Amino acid sequence: MGHHHKENFFSKYIFSMDHKMIAKQFLLTGMFMGVVAMVLSALFRMQLANPGSKNPILEFLLGSNYVTEAGAMTPDAYLALVTIHGTIMVFFVLTGGLSGTFANLLIPLQLGARDMASGFMNMLSYWFFFLSSLIMIASFFVTGGPASAGWTIYPPLSAMELAIDGSGLGMDLWLISMTLFIVSSLLGGLNYIVTILNLRTKGMSMTRMPLTMWAIFVTAILGVLSFPVLLSAALLLVFDRTMGTSFYLSDIMLAENGIMQVLAHDGGSPVLFQHLFWFLGHPEVYIVLLPALGITSEIIATNSRKPIFGYRAMIGSIFAIGFLSFIVWGHHMFITGMNPFLGSVFVFTTLLIAIPSAIKVFNYIATLWRGNLQFTPAMLFSIALVSTFITGGLTGLILGDSALDINVHDTYFVVAHFHIVMGLSAIFGMLAGVYHWYPRMYGRLMNLKLGYVHFWGTFICAYGTFFPMHFLGMAGLPRRYYDNTAYPMFESLISINEVVSFFAITGAIIQVIFFFNFFYSMYRGTKSPQNPWKSNTLEWTAPVEHIHGNWPGEIPTVHRWAYDYSKPGKKEDFVPQNVPLSKGEKEH
Amino acid sequence: MDLNFILKIVIGLLVIITFFQVIRLIELSSRLAENKDEVTDRSNKINGILLFISGFALVAFFFWQRAQWGYLTLQDPASEHGVLIDQLWDTTMGLIIVVFLILNPVLFGFAFLYRGRKNRKAYFISHNNKLEIFWTAVPTVVLSGLIVYGLMVWGDVTNVNNAKGGIFIEVYAKQFNWTARYAGEDNKLGDGHVRFYAPTNPLGVVTDNMYKIQSEDLDEKIIIDKEKLLVEKNIGKQKTISDRIDRNIAKQKMFKAYYNSISEEERKSGEDDIVVAELYLPVNQKVAMKFRSQDVIHSAYMPHFRAQMNCVPGLSTQFVFTPTKTTEEMRKNPDIIKQVKEANRILEGKGQQGNVEFDYSLLCNKICGNAHYNMKMKIVVVSQEEYDIWLKEQAETRMIKNM
Repeated sequence: MGHHHKENFFSKYIFSMDHKMIAKQFLLTGMFMGVVAMVLSALFRMQLANPGSKNPILEFLLGSNYVTEAGAMTPDAYLALVTIHGTIMVFFVLTGGLSGTFANLLIPLQLGARDMASGFMNMLSYWFFFLSSLIMIASFFVTGGPASAGWTIYPPLSAMELAIDGSGLGMDLWLISMTLFIVSSLLGGLNYIVTILNLRTKGMSMTRMPLTMWAIFVTAILGVLSFPVLLSAALLLVFDRTMGTSFYLSDIMLAENGIMQVLAHDGGSPVLFQHLFWFLGHPEVYIVLLPALGITSEIIATNSRKPIFGYRAMIGSIFAIGFLSFIVWGHHMFITGMNPFLGSVFVFTTLLIAIPSAIKVFNYIATLWRGNLQFTPAMLFSIALVSTFITGGLTGLILGDSALDINVHDTYFVVAHFHIVMGLSAIFGMLAGVYHWYPRMYGRLMNLKLGYVHFWGTFICAYGTFFPMHFLGMAGLPRRYYDNTAYPMFESLISINEVVSFFAITGAIIQVIFFFNFFYSMYRGTKSPQNPWKSNTLEWTAPVEHIHGNWPGEIPTVHRWAYDYSKPGKKEDFVPQNVPLSKGEKEH
Repeated sequence: MDLNFILKIVIGLLVIITFFQVIRLIELSSRLAENKDEVTDRSNKINGILLFISGFALVAFFFWQRAQWGYLTLQDPASEHGVLIDQLWDTTMGLIIVVFLILNPVLFGFAFLYRGRKNRKAYFISHNNKLEIFWTAVPTVVLSGLIVYGLMVWGDVTNVNNAKGGIFIEVYAKQFNWTARYAGEDNKLGDGHVRFYAPTNPLGVVTDNMYKIQSEDLDEKIIIDKEKLLVEKNIGKQKTISDRIDRNIAKQKMFKAYYNSISEEERKSGEDDIVVAELYLPVNQKVAMKFRSQDVIHSAYMPHFRAQMNCVPGLSTQFVFTPTKTTEEMRKNPDIIKQVKEANRILEGKGQQGNVEFDYSLLCNKICGNAHYNMKMKIVVVSQEEYDIWLKEQAETRMIKNM
C-alpha cells in the first residue's frame, strides 16, 4: 500500500490518488463554487428588490461591461448571472461537490475497502472537475460575457450570437466546461459503481450496506446512464454553432446590422434539444437529491439512536425514484406544443414519483418517533431537509399535473418549487454531511455553538427566501425577468421581492459563520475521538489519522446491518457493524 | 429615501454584527472549555423547543403570507376552460395545504417530543409491514384520483377538436415584440414563412401578390448586380458582387420552391388576413390561437386566461380558449381594484403618474434575449359589436392585400 512510497507535497496534496484527499479536494472546490454562485444570486436579488439601482459591487467584481452608464446592472448581465448561478449550483456544487465529496470519502470507508477501485481514475475525475470549474469562471471575463441563455441553454437562443451576446465565446466556454464536467462525472460514477459492487469487505452483503451507499450507488447509475445524453446534446449544439448543421435550427431570421437575414439552417427542431437535455435534466434532479437523502438517512438513524425505519422500503424507494426519474422528463415540456397524449403519459409517471417520496418521508418521521434525538447541527440540518422535502415536494403535484402547469410553467412558482425541494434539500443534506463527517475528514470537531447559529440562521432565511416566491408565481410573474416593473400590474409585487431579497442576502451572509467554523476548526477545533457520534458504520472503526489503506491491520469483517441502535439486551445504545452477533441474537 | 442606500446600510450592519457575534461566540465557547462541542441535555432541550416552535412558525408564516399577498395572486379565471383548471387547482392546492399543515408540525413536534435525554433509551423498531402498506396505499389511492382528474381536465383543454367554431388568430413572436394576424372573412390563416419576410410583409405571409412583388424585387437586384459586374474592374469587388448574385439566385430558387409548395387555395386565404399589434378578442367567442416564432423560442403567456403555449421556430403550435370577461368587467374585481391602487401608489412614490388601469396582457415566458422582461402585448376583451367595429377599422389599412 501507499506507505511503501515516499510522499512529497505534490503527491500528497495535489495529485493525490487517496480517496480521502480527493474527497476533501472535491469539497473545497465545491464550497468555493458555492460561494461564487451565492454571490451571483445576492447580486441579482439586489437588482430584483430594487430594479435599476446602482450596483457598485457588481462593477467592482466583474467590471464595467456588466453595468450601464448609470451604474445599474444591464439586462444582459442579469441573464448571465442567473444562468451561471444555476449552472454552478446544479452541476458544480450539488453534483460535483456533493457526490464527489461524500461518494469518495464514504464508499471505501463504509464498505471496508482500502481505496476506490481505480485511484488514478479518481484523481483524473477531480482534475477534470477542477479544470471545468476554472473554465466556467473564466467565461465571466470574455467578450460578450458568459452564457446567458438560462442554465438549460435552449437553442436557438444558445446557438446564435446574434440572438444574445452571451451565446458567443461565453457559450463556447460553457460547452467546453460542461464537456469536461461530464467526463469527470463519468470517471467518478464508473468508479463508484465498480467499487460498491466489487470491493465490499467480508460480510458486507448488499443488504447490510448503509443507506448512504445505496443512495450513492443508484446516483452513480443515474449519472452514468444520463450524462452521456447531455454530452451528445451539447456536441450537436456545437455542430450547429460552428459547422452549419441543423439539428436544432429551422426557419430562423435575425437582424444582422439592422438587416434581416434568413439563416441557412433548415429542418431542425429546437424541441429535440429539450428532449435530450431533460433526459439528463430530470435524472439530474435525483442525482442531486439522492445522495442528500442517503446522508440524511444515516444521520437521522444515528442521532435518533434508532434503526432507520423500513430499511428495505427505503432501498425500494431509492430504486423506484431512480427508475421513474428516467421516464418523466416530458413534464418540463408540457407547453412546447408536444402531443397532448404524450403529455398525459408524463403526467402519469411524474405523479407516481410522489409515492416513493411519500414513503421516504413517512419513514423519516417514523424513525424520529420514540427516538432519543441528539441535536447535532448535522441532525438539525437533516430534519430541516425532511421539512423542505415535504414542502417542496408537495408543489410538485401541481407542476407535474399538465393542466395546472399551463398557468405556472416558467413562473416563480417553479423557482420556488425546485429551490425548496432540490436546492435546499440537497444543500441541507450536504451541510449535514459536512458537520457529520468533518471529524472523519479533519480529525477535529466543528464548533457546536457556531453550528447551531449557522443552522438556525440558514433555516429561517431559506424558508424566508423561497416560500414567498410561490406567491410571485401565483401572481403570474415569469422567471428570468430582469425587471418586473415593465408591467404596471406587477409593480405591487415589489413588497414580496423585498422580503425575498432581504432573506436571500442575509442567508448568504450567515454562511460566513459556516466558513469561519470550517476553517477555524481545521486547526483549532476540539480533537475528535474515534467515534464521536457513537455510530455503527465502519468509517468510525478506522483510526482518526488518515493513512493509506484506511485500516492499519486487517480490514474489519462485517457481521450485522448498520442500524443496531438501542438494540434490546445490549448495554450500549449502539453496536458497530464489525461486532459479531452474540449467541442467539437475531440479526434484526 | 433611496431604498438601495438603506439596503446597503442594512447589509453593512449585518456583516459587522455577524462578525462580532462570531468572534464573541468563539470566545464564549472556548471559555466554557470542558464539555464544548458535545451535545448535552440542555442543548437538546433548547433545540427541541426551537424546532417545536418552527413547526408552528412555518404554519403561521404561511397564513401571514396569504393574508398579506393573497390579493396579488391571479383572480377568477377570465376564460371558460380556466374555470376547470382553477377547480383542479383548488382541489390539489387544498390537499397539499392540508398535508403541509399536518406533516411539518408533526415532524417538528416529534423532534421536540423525543429530544435526547441522558437516561433515555430509544425504542428499537426496524419496520412494521402493516403500517408501511397503509402509508403506501393511501398516497397511491389519492394520487390515482388526482391523476385521473388531472388528465380529464388536460384532455378537455387540449382536445384537438376544440378549434371548431373558433376564430383563428396567429400570434407571431420575435425579439422583442408580438404581432397578431386575424384570419379575415374566410376565417382561414394563409401560410407564412420567414423566407417571405419583407418590411411590408413582416410575418412572411405567402400570397400571389407578395410573391410577385418580392420575386420581382429579387430579379431586379440580380440584374443590377450583373450590370455592375460588367463595369467593375477591381477583382476583389467582382468576387463580392458575383457571390451576392449567386446568393440571390439561390434565394430566388428556394423562394420559388417554397411558393410552389403552397396550394393556390392557401395562398388566396392569406389575402384577407389582417396584421395588427394589439389583440382584440370578442367576449364569449372561442379563439383558436396559432403561434409562430421567427428567431428563438418564446412563450405566449396569458395568465388571466390560464393559457400558455410556446412559440417555436419551425413549428406551429396552437391553444384554444374562450374569454368570458371583458376588460371592463375585470376592472371591477375588488382584488384587481386593490392591486391597481397599490401599483398607482408605488408609481406615484417614484414620481411617475399613477394612472395605470388593469389590462389583460400577453407576456413572453421563455427566456429569449436581453429584453425578454419587456416583451408584451396588450389584450383587450370587448363585446362582439365593439370587436366587429374594431376589426373593420383595422381591415381597411392592415389587410395583407392592401399593404
